Amino acid sequence: MGHSAPKIATIDGIVQEIEAILGSMLVETVDHVDELSFTVLRDALPQAMTALRDRAQYQQLMEIAGVDYPDRPERFEVAYHLLSVTRNHRIRVKVSTDEDLPVPTVTHIWPVAGWLEREVFDMYGVVFEGNTDLRRILTDYGFKGHPQRKDFPLTGYVELRYSEEDKRVVYEPVKLAQDFRSFDFMSPWEGAEYILPGDEKAPQAPGAPSPAAAPPPPPATPKGEPAAPTPKTTEKKADTGAGEAANKASQVKSADAPVKPAAATDEGKGAAKPEDKA
Amino acid sequence: MSDYLEKLDHRTDAADPTYGDTEIQNYTINFGPQHPAAHGVLRLVMELEGEIVERCDPHVGLLHRGTEKLIEYKTYLQALPYFDRLDYCSPLGMEHSYVLAIEKLLNLEVPLRAQYLRVFFAELTRICNHMLNLGSHVMDVGAMTPNLWLFEIREDCLNFFERASGARMHSAYFRPGGVHQDVPLKLLTDIADWLDSRLPRLFEDAISLVADNRIFKQRNVDIAIVSKEDALKWGFSGPMLRGSGIAWDIRKAQPYDVYDRVDFDVPVGTQYDCYDRFMVRVEEVRQSARIMKQCLNDMPEGPIASFDRKVVPPKRGEMKRSMEALIHHFKLYTEGFHVPAGEVYVATESPKGEFGVYLVADGSNKPYRCKIRPTAFSHLQAMDFMMKGHMLADVTAVLGSMDIVFGECDR
Repeated sequence: MGHSAPKIATIDGIVQEIEAILGSMLVETVDHVDELSFTVLRDALPQAMTALRDRAQYQQLMEIAGVDYPDRPERFEVAYHLLSVTRNHRIRVKVSTDEDLPVPTVTHIWPVAGWLEREVFDMYGVVFEGNTDLRRILTDYGFKGHPQRKDFPLTGYVELRYSEEDKRVVYEPVKLAQDFRSFDFMSPWEGAEYILPGDEKAPQAPGAPSPAAAPPPPPATPKGEPAAPTPKTTEKKADTGAGEAANKASQVKSADAPVKPAAATDEGKGAAKPEDKA
Repeated sequence: MSDYLEKLDHRTDAADPTYGDTEIQNYTINFGPQHPAAHGVLRLVMELEGEIVERCDPHVGLLHRGTEKLIEYKTYLQALPYFDRLDYCSPLGMEHSYVLAIEKLLNLEVPLRAQYLRVFFAELTRICNHMLNLGSHVMDVGAMTPNLWLFEIREDCLNFFERASGARMHSAYFRPGGVHQDVPLKLLTDIADWLDSRLPRLFEDAISLVADNRIFKQRNVDIAIVSKEDALKWGFSGPMLRGSGIAWDIRKAQPYDVYDRVDFDVPVGTQYDCYDRFMVRVEEVRQSARIMKQCLNDMPEGPIASFDRKVVPPKRGEMKRSMEALIHHFKLYTEGFHVPAGEVYVATESPKGEFGVYLVADGSNKPYRCKIRPTAFSHLQAMDFMMKGHMLADVTAVLGSMDIVFGECDR
């Protein structure tokens, strides 16, 4: 029987019909779990949308969603979700872009696109050409950056509090009382991107692909993330759990005297050391 | 004084257009963000010509909490409670879209009893949500008593949620694969009694005070008329779209769970104004009660969650005896389940309209992207064109008829 999600009517030949309407504007068609996605050329977007509205009866634009794929040459994908209330059908139209290339607006086709485009602009920094009111919408007045990008840290860069001295709200750089934790649940035998504890000593067996060959740390979190450079593990002695500074301190100690077990008091001191670098 | 009057007498409109009056200029006022009728933290920057609204620029985002970003850092199960906190007046409606999106990607079958339970509580949520909206709408236009009576019903609903899930508002009751726990029989019989006696009595009493009330009609009839074309263009959904005369209900058109097994009517408006939108919601409450009664009649016995142990954790008792169950429990509550790569857009008929979740999965245990389609976003955007030419006092009536909650609008 399968899932019980909304049953969208299957219209025979809908893929061919839309492909014919889109013609040369179409780049790719994806039919996955009963949902149709059509990738179109960025510059042809308004023509494609007008054609879909007027010739295929997709009257409503329900949503514009941005997605960030930092590895792609054009890293952003903008997905338009269309609904036809007469044919009872939904499709998705996608374009790709990057930080600089503008996407033509569809506000003249659907006025609802105004805010939806503003949101994508706010969250990803995608510019919509022709949108006359491209202000930030969800973030704070005077906010800097585009928070939904994968390289924007979850914790953000500034925090604000009410200052009793200044009698106003002040912005300050984010200070975390505890390291930002991001747990990596990948199985160590299936594509974990770190060296298994103990494996670093083992010589590389020729021909046998071992996790040791994997490049060192870059964890699940993307690049440019200052708060969480490594997944927090406490598998080695060097992982004190008290932050990078303490880790380094204990590592230096154990390298200096690998035979002699480090005294508990020394380790305690190292861990209690305040983190000035982080 | 006499020479002043004489001077006035000699002035004509042609010579001095502001004769006998001072020149009035457009002025801009701020409505909110701390206005009791703003239904949360809405800031409206309005340009007024006298008492007529010329332009209306809603500033939203004051309740932005970065839910979508947070969800990207959580496992699928950990992300679920965030949905309760979006539209905190109808939490289960939000969860519904999310769990269905996950189930669609996993192609996971849900047992029939769980589907009935979900529909049952989703409709209770609808009643609960409409009690707040209808009550605050009538209060915004001047009536006090109906709101208090409707809050009685809302209180009952919240008590029922508490008995089902342990939490009054943020239930986290729907889970991928079913619901969290079965409900006791006594709860179902209590709700059945409530549907038969207390709900219709309180609700019809309260509505009878406003539905034909002269003042209420003066404040709502012919206010903010939205034509069918405009409603489609502005991305309206739910009661707003039906209030504009378009009989579109996702529960009917694209049925999910057991909505195709229950019988209900879709009310539509005829005059497309605030009063119609109000009355559409009133009728929806009656239809919801009807759906709930059918659910109580038809609900079978059986499991309340899928037996797929890679998604749904085992029962507590099972864990005490079976090693495998213990391992599954541990894995599901630490690593969580993996969802195959793909993208879905699942929209359900939440009490406020089409609430959609665009879920992009990359095969890991966390969503790669979870875009939430709030209902209020597109409705509030239409505020400018709906308000144009109306009086300042109509702002609250229009806002009330939109049914906006900022937890969901700002995410």
